[in-house]
Amino acid sequence: MKRKDEKRPCFASHLAMNLERGFHIMAMTDGNRSYSVRDMIKENKKKQSGQQIMEWLMPKLLLLTATISILTTIGILFTLLFETFIFFERVSIVEFLTSKEWLPWDEKTGSFGVAPLVTGTLLTTAIAMLVAIPIGLASAIYLSEYASEKARKMLKPILEVLAGIPTIVYGFFALTFVTPLLQKFIPSLGIFNALSPGIVMGIMIIPMVASLSEDAMSSVPNSIREGALGLGSTKLEVALKVVLPAATSGIAASFMLAISRAVGETMIVAVAGGSSPVFTFDVTKSIQTLTAYIVQVTTGDAGYGTTVYYSIYAVGMTLFVFTLAMNLLAQYISRRFREEY
Amino acid sequence: MELTVVKERKNKQAGERSEKNVVYRTKNLNLWYGEHHALKNIDLDIYENEVTAIIGPSGCGKSTYIKTLNRMIELVPSVRTSGEITYRGRNIFDKSYRVEELRTQVGMVFQKPNPFPKSIYDNVAYGPRIHGIRDKKILDEIVEKSLRGAAIWDEVKDRLHTNAYGLSGGQQQRLCIARCLAIEPDVILMDEPTSALDPISTLKVEELVQELKKNYSIIIVTHNMQQAARISDKTAFFLNGEVIEYSDTDKLFSNPDDKRTEDYITGRFG
Repeated sequence: MKRKDEKRPCFASHLAMNLERGFHIMAMTDGNRSYSVRDMIKENKKKQSGQQIMEWLMPKLLLLTATISILTTIGILFTLLFETFIFFERVSIVEFLTSKEWLPWDEKTGSFGVAPLVTGTLLTTAIAMLVAIPIGLASAIYLSEYASEKARKMLKPILEVLAGIPTIVYGFFALTFVTPLLQKFIPSLGIFNALSPGIVMGIMIIPMVASLSEDAMSSVPNSIREGALGLGSTKLEVALKVVLPAATSGIAASFMLAISRAVGETMIVAVAGGSSPVFTFDVTKSIQTLTAYIVQVTTGDAGYGTTVYYSIYAVGMTLFVFTLAMNLLAQYISRRFREEY
Repeated sequence: MELTVVKERKNKQAGERSEKNVVYRTKNLNLWYGEHHALKNIDLDIYENEVTAIIGPSGCGKSTYIKTLNRMIELVPSVRTSGEITYRGRNIFDKSYRVEELRTQVGMVFQKPNPFPKSIYDNVAYGPRIHGIRDKKILDEIVEKSLRGAAIWDEVKDRLHTNAYGLSGGQQQRLCIARCLAIEPDVILMDEPTSALDPISTLKVEELVQELKKNYSIIIVTHNMQQAARISDKTAFFLNGEVIEYSDTDKLFSNPDDKRTEDYITGRFG
């Protein structure tokens, strides 16, 4: 009998010892009553009637918070539409879309052709894109394909600091630094012009393009890079001919979002772009964008109920249509060209 | 000391029997991942128009070795090597040897199929294109020839311009072989090319390897000993970063010299 006990495997004896010790501790804390975890869970279940209410209530609360943002959006859109209709009762939609003159301040002889504001916006946006897309994309390629882990960890936060600068700071940076600098090269450049805010807006958007494009390129799996390297590609060939095309959808989407950001940008163009709604493609002249016009009216003394007052809603609507179209296009592109690895 | 003598003798035997040209000659190769000594004093000759299989348990260094042959291993930042690998008489670690040139002559097929997210046609045409072949007609011919060479032409000829990701795993792997053939390499390195494939696809790839050895020298890493026995002419058994035994496949599997080889191939460990 004793021999048999001795032969008991080591593991089992340890287990037995531990169990004994464990029960010993339980017994210490709870008198002499022995109980099982199963019973404890059962007992606790009975106490937790509050949990059921929470389970029922929480989804409804969560839905409510989600609804708030949706309702707000619908509310804004409704106001915008409503006031825009009032504007179009006074000014014909044909004039709004076809006239090339925006002279809203005189009630009687005024002209409401949105074209000058649209060209102002497109001009600054185009300049911003000419700056942001090449530099942003090149930074993204460097960060994703060439930078060491250490360099990436240093550079990305620095790049993102650019995105944290308030736009008003960019605005007076354009007006008081970039414009005088540019005037040294282009003497005919006005104090207010499209070029300077366009460039500064581009600088502001670089981190966005770089960051989103870098995300898209980094998510291309390494096995694909290895496949290309294995065929004797150089690093540059891998970056430009394999990774870049594979990340097209993400990169294109980042461009679209950048454009929509530039179209909606307000402070920089309001400060440094001027307030001359002129139908022109001359970047050295003072212009006015859709957003800058709204700023001018809302900070000015246009009375409630005047045509000028209602015109900002129509301009706002135009802006909304632009950015909505860009965002939808970005979504479409990222779905249409999505590569599945 | 004794060990290296034995090894040299084995290499010599293998060499004399085949009397073929040496493609790769590895002399006293050592490799470290940081502090980890992953390959130890490897001496191995690889011959032309043969299939050389590398077998061994996980972590024995077989994948590391094959990736050293086209210097893909250098993508791992902490790698150091010593010793010499000559490819057709030229030291591949030589500073004047451009790694792109080496990889153009030495193709590689990876463990997991890794086609580019492009059309089937563009996948195969990628290699020729980056090496300056632009003529549409020539490219068409290369694509067809390579896809036929990889025994996948009949399955894809009607959808050359659809995305390669629509193919099955086995088809993708054969596409990767076709992509590799398109630049007419001299050697093809295969790193467990069938480990992610089902048995039927595996069989197709194995048949293909037999076909390809007429024109190419093939080095294949495999986990599967039956596969090594079926398709290779020579087999090297790796263990803990060393070559334990290297000889003709028939000999290695029927009458191994080393006790450890015997233990491994009979399934006693690994």
